[in-house]
Amino acid sequence: MYETQYHRASSVQDAVSRMEAAGEGKYVSGGMTLIPTMKQRLAAPSDLIDLRHIAEMQGISVNGRSVRIGAATTHDEVASAAALKAVCPAICHLAGHIGDPHVRHMGTIGGSIANNDPAADYPAAVLALGATIVTNRREIAADDFFTGLFETALEDSEIITAITFDAPAKAAYQKFANPASRYAMAGVFVAKRDNGEVRVAVTGAGANGVFRQMDMEAALAANWSPDALATVSVDATDLLSDLHADAAYRANLVKVMAKRAVAAA
Amino acid sequence: MAKVTMTVNGRQVSGHCDDRTLLVQFIRENLGLTGTHVGCDTSQCGACVIHMDGKSVKSCSILAAQAAGSTITTIEGLAADGELHPVQAAFKANHGLQCGFCTPGMVMTAVDMIRRHQGQLDEATVRAELEGNICRCTGYHNIVKAILAAAAEMSGARVAAE
Repeated sequence: MYETQYHRASSVQDAVSRMEAAGEGKYVSGGMTLIPTMKQRLAAPSDLIDLRHIAEMQGISVNGRSVRIGAATTHDEVASAAALKAVCPAICHLAGHIGDPHVRHMGTIGGSIANNDPAADYPAAVLALGATIVTNRREIAADDFFTGLFETALEDSEIITAITFDAPAKAAYQKFANPASRYAMAGVFVAKRDNGEVRVAVTGAGANGVFRQMDMEAALAANWSPDALATVSVDATDLLSDLHADAAYRANLVKVMAKRAVAAA
Repeated sequence: MAKVTMTVNGRQVSGHCDDRTLLVQFIRENLGLTGTHVGCDTSQCGACVIHMDGKSVKSCSILAAQAAGSTITTIEGLAADGELHPVQAAFKANHGLQCGFCTPGMVMTAVDMIRRHQGQLDEATVRAELEGNICRCTGYHNIVKAILAAAAEMSGARVAAE
């Protein structure tokens, strides 16, 4: 790892000030992606600004069906939050299957979303739930947030402070994990609203990162059942092709995971 | 150089290290506690698992500076009064190790797993919970047996205490 200077931020404002004073700074939360990346010398921030101890970014609140998850909330905390499980068990299930138990004790929802790894699980949930990404400056709709591989709408020194959404009527997430890395080769989050609106978001498979599968949304809005997906064909054009799976294989996985998710919802 | 202070195995310790020093390096090199191992160094294998503020974490993927102020337990901190921790004893009784390299991480993982599941474990759960720990000798069979035996013994002891 190249040299770096560590700062522990006491508040969001403190973190922003430290970032603005830094040369090539990076925020770190759980660090479960960033620290291994720095160890491989694929990232070399001059300064690391630690967000893990900022009180206003912690915790989960559920008010009726309205959910707010602080950005520094760990995957383990999301997975085991009883109040959240009562209204949206799908996101708890998703969080409980990220990485391994040790990673879930450190990794955070804000970090995962800000990193926007094309095989990360959370972006699928955020997009399918139509969540709002709350930052220190503004609120960003999930549809406008994910802009490409490891790219988001976040500006320099902007910090995600929370994720908010209304719990759906039904939702589920299913992924096909790579047998070695356990990252999603295709992960599908389906969500149905009380008004009948359906959103389907796919991670792990898109060449440009997480995306919505509109044909599936239309089919499921008309008929919420795995069978409704039988006639939907998944276009492989913009899907990832690599040594783990080619685009056609991933296209099939997307369909299978979507069916399983609807069945599980 | 930063001065890092934390509580390790019940003792307050501090040391000077670069900000980029990994927690596992700090534990092994500054504190001389070499029971915590570095296996893969890429956060896959779990040989470096310790407890930070009561939760299992991979000490090769955390900076010592990030852990400053926390309470750490390493494998050296498990045995009390010269008696093996029930998980350590179960690994011994069930031959849950061969070369022993992954064992510190396995034991620390098992202690955390048993705590979170309050001793209510079955084989499938134990195997799923071992996602982040790799053993290249045993085929996991005796590790799973050891963890189940320890969980049964520890919940039995808890029931007796209640």
